[in-house]
Amino acid sequence: MTYHRPEFRHPDLPTNDLGYTKKQYEGAISTLCAGCGHDSISAGIIQACFELSIEPHKVAKVSGIGCSSKTPTYFLGSSHGFNSVHGRMPSVATGANLANRELTYIGVSGDGDTASIGMGQFAHVVRRNLNMLYLVENNGCYGLTKGQDSATADVGSMGKKGTPNPFEPIDLCTLALELGATFVARSFSGDKEQLVPLIKAALSHSGFALIDVISPCVTFNNTTTSTKSYEFVREHIEATGKTDFIPVRQEITADYDPGFTQEVTLHDGSVIHLYKEDENLDVHNRLSAIQAIHERKAKGEILTGLLYLDPDCQDLHEIIGSVEKPLRDLDETALCPGNRSLEAINDSLR
Amino acid sequence: MKPTDIKNPEYFHQVVDCQYACPAHTPVPEYIRLIAQQRYTDAYMINWESNVFPGVLGRTCDRPCEPACRRGRVEAEPVAICRLKRVAADFKDDITSRLPDIPQEKNGRKVALVGAGPASLTVARDLAPLGYELEIYDEQPIAGGFMRSQIPSFRLPETVLDEEVGYILDMGLTTHLNHYVDSLKGLLDQDYDAIFVGSGAPRGRDLPDLPGRQEGDASIHIGIDWLSNVAFEHIEKIGKRVIVLGGGNTAMDCCRTARRVGGEDVKVIVRSPFESMKASAWEKEDAIHEGIPFVDNHVPLEFVVEDGKLVGMRFEKVSAVFDENGKRSLVPTGEEPVLFPCDEVLVAIGQENAFPWIEKDIGIEFDNWGMPVLNAQTFQSSCAKVFFGGDSAFGPENIITAVAHGHQAAVSIDLFCDGKQVNQRPPPGTNLLSTKMGIHEWSYDNDVTTDVRKIVPLVELTSALQNRTMEVELGFDAQAAFDEAERCLNCDVQTVFTDDKCIECDACVDICPMDCINFIENNDEPELRQSLRVKAVNASQDIYVSGNLETGRVMVKDENVCLHCGLCAERCPTAAWDMQQFFYQVTKAAPLCIK
Repeated sequence: MTYHRPEFRHPDLPTNDLGYTKKQYEGAISTLCAGCGHDSISAGIIQACFELSIEPHKVAKVSGIGCSSKTPTYFLGSSHGFNSVHGRMPSVATGANLANRELTYIGVSGDGDTASIGMGQFAHVVRRNLNMLYLVENNGCYGLTKGQDSATADVGSMGKKGTPNPFEPIDLCTLALELGATFVARSFSGDKEQLVPLIKAALSHSGFALIDVISPCVTFNNTTTSTKSYEFVREHIEATGKTDFIPVRQEITADYDPGFTQEVTLHDGSVIHLYKEDENLDVHNRLSAIQAIHERKAKGEILTGLLYLDPDCQDLHEIIGSVEKPLRDLDETALCPGNRSLEAINDSLR
Repeated sequence: MKPTDIKNPEYFHQVVDCQYACPAHTPVPEYIRLIAQQRYTDAYMINWESNVFPGVLGRTCDRPCEPACRRGRVEAEPVAICRLKRVAADFKDDITSRLPDIPQEKNGRKVALVGAGPASLTVARDLAPLGYELEIYDEQPIAGGFMRSQIPSFRLPETVLDEEVGYILDMGLTTHLNHYVDSLKGLLDQDYDAIFVGSGAPRGRDLPDLPGRQEGDASIHIGIDWLSNVAFEHIEKIGKRVIVLGGGNTAMDCCRTARRVGGEDVKVIVRSPFESMKASAWEKEDAIHEGIPFVDNHVPLEFVVEDGKLVGMRFEKVSAVFDENGKRSLVPTGEEPVLFPCDEVLVAIGQENAFPWIEKDIGIEFDNWGMPVLNAQTFQSSCAKVFFGGDSAFGPENIITAVAHGHQAAVSIDLFCDGKQVNQRPPPGTNLLSTKMGIHEWSYDNDVTTDVRKIVPLVELTSALQNRTMEVELGFDAQAAFDEAERCLNCDVQTVFTDDKCIECDACVDICPMDCINFIENNDEPELRQSLRVKAVNASQDIYVSGNLETGRVMVKDENVCLHCGLCAERCPTAAWDMQQFFYQVTKAAPLCIK
């Protein structure tokens, strides 16, 4: 009996700008159930970070509690990480980001960790526009405690337990839009072609980026009666369009039909191309996004893809006017300027 | 692409690279697993059933399996398959009780076997359990053929050869040793139901027209004849300075033998560049280890004879030039010819077939190169009751090829004697069985070690060179054998995919350490190969394509560097992937040769 991932990798694996292969972005072998959607999302994060040539030691992974929050162990094994208290990941992420604004922050949470116990923290990290990727691995149930319905389960959806969910679901995307999120997307763990470009775009966005990823729980919520099963999601998924992420320095070579294409240049100069399925959707317009989600929902469909993006937003550091230099790099004299400075401040208030 | 037909046993057979490359298709991973379990006797019997001479081959095989080994595509070196075979032979218990029963009452059919080498002995081994009466002829006093006459005892101890040849001779064969068959017609005139010719390629090439050849004859020897004379103790020593001409394995055996029978300054001189010499890399290494220098790019010009005595050889220096078709020619460099002084010369520049004993008018057709015209599958000649195998069939090869020929010729002889069509051959024996025992538990060791190839320890050089019959290689001990066996990737444990169980969750794609698995739109093979996660550029390795899945995509797996680690099956929530052990047994005359 063994459960190890062999050391060997394909000898022809491509390398990125740093000379790394995908292997340098892997983590420990997953201990989640076989077939868990979360593992596909971890693979998507690995692929996105590899393709963006992010230096693993310049990433901090933060999470709360739950199956989803275990996953940072399974990717970016050389990055920093903090597995915090249930629903309190946003506080830890905020503190870490304030101390060192130079890292890339990847928060991984679940529907329980975000929509139930962590709802308060989620609301505030959205409105503060903390520069991070906040990825929700949304399976509509509490997998770690044997599959009870979570706050994102649809009315009438029925998992392995066999009782239809009676309560209204929380839609994290419309909620985040209401709260002023500057990057909102929804995706599906079973569609990496859509997920990986969205993760890359979210990591390049300077501000709060939410991706709500529907991630089926194979053990407790992959029944034919569940609205978060592989089968149901595949049958009812609709995309806002195909998203292409073009990093800085790379020339745009494809021809785009202007009527159905929306081009967004991010803060760092990279470009997102959205080949839209829906001509009426404007990803710069909150109302348009909320309307599109509701319209699809009314038809029993799940709208995925990039929903909203404000590339010119100000993140928390810009809003509060913090110093350019990360706080952790400031020496004692800068951090504690002494009595004379205090007196100067006090004098200014008199 | 159409879905892969995994019901065709040849598909999974090709995935077992080592077994597929072996002319006799020995089930290599199976016996390596048995070695790891210290079931040496069982490992030996798997070999014996398939290749008849495990102890001999474990020391001398040309090992076509090793360059094919998947491990060599994953890291630097393949599994030491050949030397593991020797481990099975070294550590086995008495096997006599497991040998096939030989019926007391014969089946009334009589077969003559010409030559007592590996091909004839294999035919005998396969037919004896069926009750055939077998008569074997050889000009030498002891059976074994070129395994005895040409492979020096420091590579293959006589005891090992005697034992394995003995198992067959003890099956009630009638032996006619010291008996050179000088007429095939004579045999045809007797009451044999079939005749098998396994007389080898007995004629060593010479350089008859090179100046000085006649005058120096007393000191110039044909390599294979000289080795044979040493083996049968007709020759016991050689001069101090020896030149060996040729770059094949016979040349390696000649130079190393010469070092042991009095040669002090022995050198190999070869026409071609060192890299393109025909000898196996490991045989070259062994010769170099024994302090034998190689002089390459030297073409012989003349034997220099003074006062009726050979004093040296003169060579022209050349360099290899390739034309646009990649054809090589050796072009003289224009430098002065070089003289290498010597006392004796061994000419090991190849060997060829010779059938002076086969009459031209008895219905055996020969081609323009003097080779018998044969059916490549049945080994039947143009004379229906005469079959050929080993080096006498298609020219000089090696022991394992001779064994493979022998098995097929035996099938043909059995069909022929039964009055059946020899080309209507029974299918190979195959089996495919799940190895699943639990969530993370398989009936094979699926952990992939990163250990590098173990080196076989050798006898200390000085004492090795003092004794012609002392075996140089000591073989692996039990621990080294286990470690080396663990390097095997178990390629016979197949990744079997069931389309209609798959829910396309990507778990297998995400876990696969080698990025072998893909779920993509179907296409023609060349396009499909280009569109995989890692392009499938090794055309010699198949891609495994499923039927259409729920999303309209197909599963495509590149077999090339699959580690057979089983993680795809462990991470599959619906058991759409399973690890199934595949066993492939070549068609043989006697289906069950071991007990």
